Amino acid sequence: MTEIAAVAPAPIVGRSFWGDAWARLKSNKASMVSLYYLIFMAIICVFGPFFVPHQYTTIYPDYVRTPPSFSAYPKPEMIETALRDTVKRMRVDVEEWHQEGEQVYVTVTSSKEVDERNTRYIDRSDTFDNAKVESKSPDGLKMVLSATVKQQYFLFGTDNTGRDLLSRTLMGGRVSLAIGLLAGVVAVAIGVVYGATAGFAGGKIDEVMMRIVDVLYSLPFIFFVIMLVVFFGRNFVLMFLAVGAVLWLDMARIVRGQALSIRRQEYVQAAEALGVTRRGILQRHIVPNLLGVVVIYMTLLVPQVIILESFLSFLGLGVQEPMTSWGVLISAGAKNIGTANWLLLFPAFFLVSTLFALNFVGDGLRDALDPKDR
Amino acid sequence: MNTSQPILAVKDLRVRFRTLDGQVDAVKGINLHVNAGETVAIVGESGSGKSQTMMAAMSLLASNGEATGAVDYRGRNLLGLDKSALNDVRGRKITMIFQEPMTSLDPLYTIGNQLMEPIRRHRKLGKTEARKEALRLLELVKIPDPERRLKSYPYEMSGGQRQRVMIAMALANDPDILIADEPTTALDVTVQAQILTLLAELQRKFGMAIVFITHDLGIVRRFADRVYVMRYGEIVEEGVTDALFSAPAHPYTKMLLAAEPTGRKAAPPTGAPVLLEGRNVEVSFKIGGGFLAGPPLFLKAVDRISLALKRGQTIGIVGESGSGKSTLGRALLRLLPSEGSIRFGAREISGVSREAMRPLRRELQLVFQDPFGSLSPRMTIGQVITEGLLVHEPSLSSKQRDARAVEALLEVGLDPNMRNRYAHEFSGGQRQRIAIARAMILKPKVVVLDEPTSALDRSVQKQIVDLLRKLQADHDLSYLFISHDLAVVRAMADYIIVMKQGQIVEEGLTDDIFDNPRETYTQTLMAAAIDVKKFRIAS
Repeated sequence: MTEIAAVAPAPIVGRSFWGDAWARLKSNKASMVSLYYLIFMAIICVFGPFFVPHQYTTIYPDYVRTPPSFSAYPKPEMIETALRDTVKRMRVDVEEWHQEGEQVYVTVTSSKEVDERNTRYIDRSDTFDNAKVESKSPDGLKMVLSATVKQQYFLFGTDNTGRDLLSRTLMGGRVSLAIGLLAGVVAVAIGVVYGATAGFAGGKIDEVMMRIVDVLYSLPFIFFVIMLVVFFGRNFVLMFLAVGAVLWLDMARIVRGQALSIRRQEYVQAAEALGVTRRGILQRHIVPNLLGVVVIYMTLLVPQVIILESFLSFLGLGVQEPMTSWGVLISAGAKNIGTANWLLLFPAFFLVSTLFALNFVGDGLRDALDPKDR
Repeated sequence: MNTSQPILAVKDLRVRFRTLDGQVDAVKGINLHVNAGETVAIVGESGSGKSQTMMAAMSLLASNGEATGAVDYRGRNLLGLDKSALNDVRGRKITMIFQEPMTSLDPLYTIGNQLMEPIRRHRKLGKTEARKEALRLLELVKIPDPERRLKSYPYEMSGGQRQRVMIAMALANDPDILIADEPTTALDVTVQAQILTLLAELQRKFGMAIVFITHDLGIVRRFADRVYVMRYGEIVEEGVTDALFSAPAHPYTKMLLAAEPTGRKAAPPTGAPVLLEGRNVEVSFKIGGGFLAGPPLFLKAVDRISLALKRGQTIGIVGESGSGKSTLGRALLRLLPSEGSIRFGAREISGVSREAMRPLRRELQLVFQDPFGSLSPRMTIGQVITEGLLVHEPSLSSKQRDARAVEALLEVGLDPNMRNRYAHEFSGGQRQRIAIARAMILKPKVVVLDEPTSALDRSVQKQIVDLLRKLQADHDLSYLFISHDLAVVRAMADYIIVMKQGQIVEEGLTDDIFDNPRETYTQTLMAAAIDVKKFRIAS
């Protein structure tokens, strides 16, 4: 082996721990499908609302609680009611109406002269567009109006106030995933730093730090959130704070346990014998070796956060209208389960499938990263 | 005793594991047989497939393993038997004992419970009868005070006693074949000798066959009737023990037999300066105590030990597990708090702070026993080796550090191209070389070697011993060599300290200690270790 001393050797790159884990994860079908599903879910929640034709805040009074459908609204039988409603607002009577393709022609009569500006009533409706006066009788008491029927799709139906459920579900997904990810990251960051410090420092410092965690543990979560709401009002940021403040405790405990056992590993002792500083040991040895556990726990933490947020929103302590989240949507859906079950089914499906996928990914990661299996 | 009628015959056995890197053939079509009442040894180094052969025969392979071929026990092929049929044989007629007596017993149940349960299940005995039977078994394996031991938990017993309990469990159903997978590797030499004697006696009494899986040729020579030598999943040589040992045919067998570390180290010149000196070093551990728990108990792990390590000298510290030898090594490097005086050169280092100790760390290095645990799994070996340079020569650029890593790897005989690989991609011997490189890159003066060869195969041990001696000669190093393996100590050290329960029992020049040990403890230690190598129990 010594002959190659003279040549500057080009080192062979080995397969790292993470490379190994990735290879393992790739061979786990359920996890990979879940992972792709999560990516897909994240993409449609982030970019979907830009492509859905309806704003999540837009109210369509004509389409309150319309069931989901692949064909466009309005349905033929709905046109007449919509037309009569609109015309009624113009305080005129319908004498006759007929449809030619997209175009609707209506003949209206009145005891007074019909004002041409009445066409805007038609334009204001969710069903019709481009209202025009086609002809007018000489006395002005009769008028033929034309309008195009607005073709609208409500793939997921609409809610109680006539808002498109698809765009609301996607927006809700944005909020839920963002809270899940952000509060998850916050909890992990605090938990890892706190737990690793306590575990590595050991002794009295560890005792004090963990007793603080115990005290915080004993605060009832809901009580804590209600207190925050009382003092600071309802606030989106508060959600992160409340959820993050509670969940880092678990993380800190897990990380501390791990740090305690890693500290006794011989490679840490070897680093001590080399004279590496405490910080160096924490940075180079303890934290990198913790990451496997942290990543696994994180995938289980995110669903927990999403559920907590849903729970708070369900209680009415979470995000506020018109902003929404999966929890809010499910809560609204639950109230309408008899009359409009799609209000519950769609958001619930999104939430549950996402949580499933997260758990599968977490499981797969645990198998891939478990050092005992190596 | 040999009836020369095979009761277990393994025919064309292949074991294959599916892994991420594709299929791995662990056993490649081997044939072997065991006659009634004889002792067969399967010898090989780690990774030779010796354990997997027997695991496959007992259908105990890991879930990604697969065995083909035939394992005939009294005319029945055990491979492919369904579980209940298999359990008729497994654990009753063929039983196993394992290497780790610490983990083979359930810590939550008493010894009595664990012994009685299989007896009651297999023989359908009542509780009192089963208890009587358990007592008889414990007497059989010569556990002192068996009546009391029935009620004790595994943690209350020593490794040797646990291994005796394991043997008692294996004997409970009067087996035909006892498979012993490295049964004494984890035990001290004196205990090892006792367990082996016990097994030989039990075999004489009951006439069962024993299959010994081991890497230790000493045990084989002393114990086995016939030997199979395995390498890379194949049997390279087989034969009657005496014939095989006196005239090995295969080069691999020859190499194994010659793998005993040889050579002696000469004492350093008389004028050599003392580098590291400990005077009345004491380390005690606090056990229990605290608020409501009463006063703590102090355990003296190292009890007033004095030693002086000269430049170029190797002091071997010998003792059984729990004798405090590792603790002493760490205390001398100031990795553990201790009392008494420790001087490095002219400087007193026993009371100095962590910070003040840091610059001295490069002169005082440590190599650990476990080459698997002492390298961080998340770092490339290049990073592992150069970590000390980050502390002691922070001015080096990353390129210079890389060059130093190449240099250090070459010095320990590893291919420097491998420096971007991770520790898990190396074998045990290679990892130990990496650990040595990590210590050597700092150009230390004193290195504490804490059982650096104990976890390695014999042939690799010899290479590591040679490497350590070469490094010592090249750099004029002083070693503190901690080991329980007397053969290795004899080849490494010029001065020996024998420790027992934290105290020095005897010390002196290596040859004096080996040739005329004065104390009885040293004598028993020597006898146990040397006997295994030289003599054979008449059977």
